[in-house]
Amino acid sequence: MTDQRIARPTDDRIDLSVDLGFGKVLPNPLMTASGCAANGAELHRFFDVSELGAFVTKSVMADPRSGRGTPRMAETPSGMLNSIGLQGPGIAAFVDTDLPWLASVGARVLPSIAGSSSTEFAHVAATLRASRAFEAVVGVEVNISCPNVANRGLVFACDPGASAKVIALVREQLPRDVPIFAKLSPDVTDITSIAAACVKAGADGLTMINTLLGMVIDTDLMRPHLGGITGGLSGPAIRPVAVRAIWQVRQAMAEGRIPVVPIIGVGGVRTGRDALELVAAGASAVQVGTATFNDPTAPVRVLHELTDLLVEKGYRRFSDVVGAAHGSPLPPRPVPVDERSRA
Amino acid sequence: MSASPVRARVAKEVAEVIATRRVGAYQHLTLVSPQIAELARPGQFVALAVGDESSATLLRRSFSIHKVSPSGTYGGTVEIVVSAVGPGTRWIVGRQPHDPVDVVGPLGKAFPLPTEPVPCVLVGGGYGSAPLFWLSSQLRERGCHVEMVLGAASEDRLFGVVEARRSCDGVTVTTDDGSAGHRGWVSDVLPELIDRTGAGVVYGCGPMGMLRSITDIAGRHGAVAQVAVEEAMACGVGVCMTCVMPVVGTDGQTRMVRSCVEGPVFRGDRVRWDAFEGNHARVPDDAVGAPRAGGH
Repeated sequence: MTDQRIARPTDDRIDLSVDLGFGKVLPNPLMTASGCAANGAELHRFFDVSELGAFVTKSVMADPRSGRGTPRMAETPSGMLNSIGLQGPGIAAFVDTDLPWLASVGARVLPSIAGSSSTEFAHVAATLRASRAFEAVVGVEVNISCPNVANRGLVFACDPGASAKVIALVREQLPRDVPIFAKLSPDVTDITSIAAACVKAGADGLTMINTLLGMVIDTDLMRPHLGGITGGLSGPAIRPVAVRAIWQVRQAMAEGRIPVVPIIGVGGVRTGRDALELVAAGASAVQVGTATFNDPTAPVRVLHELTDLLVEKGYRRFSDVVGAAHGSPLPPRPVPVDERSRA
Repeated sequence: MSASPVRARVAKEVAEVIATRRVGAYQHLTLVSPQIAELARPGQFVALAVGDESSATLLRRSFSIHKVSPSGTYGGTVEIVVSAVGPGTRWIVGRQPHDPVDVVGPLGKAFPLPTEPVPCVLVGGGYGSAPLFWLSSQLRERGCHVEMVLGAASEDRLFGVVEARRSCDGVTVTTDDGSAGHRGWVSDVLPELIDRTGAGVVYGCGPMGMLRSITDIAGRHGAVAQVAVEEAMACGVGVCMTCVMPVVGTDGQTRMVRSCVEGPVFRGDRVRWDAFEGNHARVPDDAVGAPRAGGH
């Protein structure tokens, strides 16, 4: 079966391709982050969204959802808090309008799905599978870690059992050749135990990390600043947390405590160098989120910066860099320009 | 919920500041930004990055476009009026001639223009008046009689009184403290003005409370209100979902819509003012997908 959407790498200096499993090969490792790019049309005014390895859509639930009242946002040092509350059109409108549009522009889509119960997740996955534009889907991200839910007890990714139940039900609904990625929260005592539960339940990969739960107080009003009181912290401020989480899970895979599956890194990436940090910690692909609010071209800019950086460092294959900080073979030493000219 | 607003052309460019001057309590900046100057229409806005590409202040600051000159001496220019209220706007106000500023625009929907030459009243609160002079010129080119009301807390917080006299058929000024024009609010003078001019449209730009009041008065005096709202935005381009407010759609249903792409100009009678407390909006119970008991 051939799929024209599985494009070949386009940079002749380096092989950037990423294998998500089941023959889903992306031309490069850069993606949008869910909830930071809407569903594509807005950013397509700034760059061709099909240039990215994959486009990750805003988490969609079963029914239309208004999200929370305002204020929904608070700026923090090198970051921000958001309290959107999973506003969205519902899965029926998503498969009717958003997904076909992304397919029409040639994007490879990684839809993010959410639910307030495991059966809602399963219903959303089943509707997605039955949709006419499903051939554009290269994988499904299962958002079990959104912090903006009324009851923090509903954050599935804080509990291995609840996480496993959602993943198993979603896995059943989707064809075997469509990989599913569990999106994890860093707000847990041991992220490797949640990761292990998800992979055991059928997750083909992991996305790390979602936002951290935070809070800002308006000192003029002496009240919480956000309408939702607490919100998710994102932006460059949380990048070290993402690097740590990816490192720990990759380490657990190396030690045989978790089967080896691809990790999609996300959290505070603003530049190609930032992306390389997540990759060196163990990420096979990288999402750009909050940086997009600062620079709407950030996802493709980071792709170009990362490509140049890897070429400069002498790499010929992106896959050689994944997890390099764990002590994999060192990269070939780049040959300085003046030595080359002497030779 | 048409997808058309997000298909409109938009540019991201590094603009050079070529002029900056103090105007009362505000700073008036002129930026060389040829692509945006070419595309913009009155009511649209630009989003400026704060600091350079490693700045710890990530979120863009949005400003209504005061004026564009598509073919100026330095190339097309875009002018904005800034009130320094926090660290981000203080940084922008501190830009000197020849400094670079990263600008995205034009963003949002413009003021709709009437197809017939109907009389119009333009109401600006504080520096909210910034886009109205440009709008006035376009309305008058279409044969509309245009009167403007400028209101502010005090004289130094008025913007554009001289320019208003140049670009309109009549100008009324109000200040809360009586330091200029009539002592009182724009809502004190608006009813008489609509009735006297037979205005069909009232355009407004300024604080939420003023826009609500303009909408009420316009409705009672047989005019349509078109208001440009000020909502806190993180991205300005439609992806962050923070600048939402409850607005009634053509199907009669209330939705939390993004003021950056579906606004900032809304028909006043479509805005669910009942859901606002100050500048904050709750989700009306009858909104599409509103939280059930327990919230979400």
